[in-house]
Amino acid sequence: MSDSASTSLATAETQNGAAEAIHIEDLHKKFGQLHVLKGVSLSARDGDVVAIIGGSGSGKSTLLRCINCLENPTSGIIRVNGEEIKLKADSHGHTVPADRRQIERIRSKLGMVFQNFNLWSHMTLLENVIEVPVHVLGIKRDAAVATAEALLDRVGLADKRDVYPAFMSGGQQQRGAIARALAIQPRVMLFDEPTSALDPELVGEVLKVIGDLAEEGRTMILVTHEMKFAREVATHVVYLYNGLVEEEGPPEQIFGAPKSDRLKQFISNIH
Amino acid sequence: MQIAVGAFGFGLLIGTGGAYGKLYGGPVVRDLLEVYTTIVRAVPELVLILLLYFAGTDLINRVLEAMGYARIDVNGLVAGIWVLAFVQGAYATEVIRGAILSVPAGQIEAARAYGMSPGMMLRRITLPAMLPFAIPGLANLWLIATKDTALLAIVGFSELTQETRTAAGQTKAYFTFFMAAGALYLALTLVSNVIIGRIERWSRRGMPSVAGGAQ
Repeated sequence: MSDSASTSLATAETQNGAAEAIHIEDLHKKFGQLHVLKGVSLSARDGDVVAIIGGSGSGKSTLLRCINCLENPTSGIIRVNGEEIKLKADSHGHTVPADRRQIERIRSKLGMVFQNFNLWSHMTLLENVIEVPVHVLGIKRDAAVATAEALLDRVGLADKRDVYPAFMSGGQQQRGAIARALAIQPRVMLFDEPTSALDPELVGEVLKVIGDLAEEGRTMILVTHEMKFAREVATHVVYLYNGLVEEEGPPEQIFGAPKSDRLKQFISNIH
Repeated sequence: MQIAVGAFGFGLLIGTGGAYGKLYGGPVVRDLLEVYTTIVRAVPELVLILLLYFAGTDLINRVLEAMGYARIDVNGLVAGIWVLAFVQGAYATEVIRGAILSVPAGQIEAARAYGMSPGMMLRRITLPAMLPFAIPGLANLWLIATKDTALLAIVGFSELTQETRTAAGQTKAYFTFFMAAGALYLALTLVSNVIIGRIERWSRRGMPSVAGGAQ
């Protein structure tokens, strides 16, 4: 990725020909008086693994959640696969998606993995994985089950297909949640601190699954506290501080030769 | 029985709609529902039944007359069902509202994140996920519905209690007939309990048993 340092200015097509999967420009988010994002730009092309790092309260989760409008940005531009999310102001002056069908269509192409797994508790693992393909994407049940079984096998949960989430460990639930995200054949995978709610001994199994996905060239945006992991899998690292991109670049540069004092301090505190 | 089933069924529909309105509706909808649930739950059922039955049919006939139609006789069964459903709906609104609030927010967020439409989210995620929290409250409502039918005797509708009174009055065997009526209500409750127990177990299939942890 020769030009990853300038991705914030990237357009839909870049030098190496990979299409731009996610494009964020001058994104602001306010919660009442609290200004969480103060003009963040970010770009991910197909095959990129973008790791977003930063201290608690830096706005990194909010940034990720704005991509599929789980949080509605206050202002800014978000493009997914080159399609700009249409936003409008509602009667209270809040920005909301203008077209419900558009945002639902875009969301169904983004595989979100949450910090707290958020598997649906009234469904077995298999039912969780086929739910969106069958009911949102309209795939035939047989085909969806076949895909789901292959995915569960891949994340090492083939024997848990008929188990309810409450009866699985956190690591198993998160791997199941990754299978659920993969089942929609997502254009981009969004990870929101996928290992932060796990016991330390369960973190490894989840990171391994995510690492394999990165290796096969999946486009991913990953909010994480696992610096070592970010350094290994990311193609581009963004360091957020106080709602702004303080520094970004390839992992070797961010972790090996940080420029800003805040990033230097952040990295030395982690290690 | 028909009345209880009908009233409970429609009450559930009103309750689901009401709970949704209260949680996600605009300020006007919320205020109207607040007035509805407060008044209906504050006024004794008997008064409501008299009010809705007599005032309600009167109102319907006045509207009909004003529009140039002939007066109609309101079918006692239909009126009974609607009056009780109106009452049940207010209680069901609160039961279901509480149950929806008990569903972990993350599961609803996940449904949103995967592009479900609001209708599908309700059908596939919110309702099945809130069911285990709603069953105990709804089971109470069902049992109350079966017994509230007795109140309809006051508006001349012949159901179990009314029939019993007539039969007992004619034969003077008050004790026998009222014991029999009581036994019938009890039998209905026992059968209901078995069915509710099954539904509850099914709705809690994804939840670890609490009983095991208390030992």
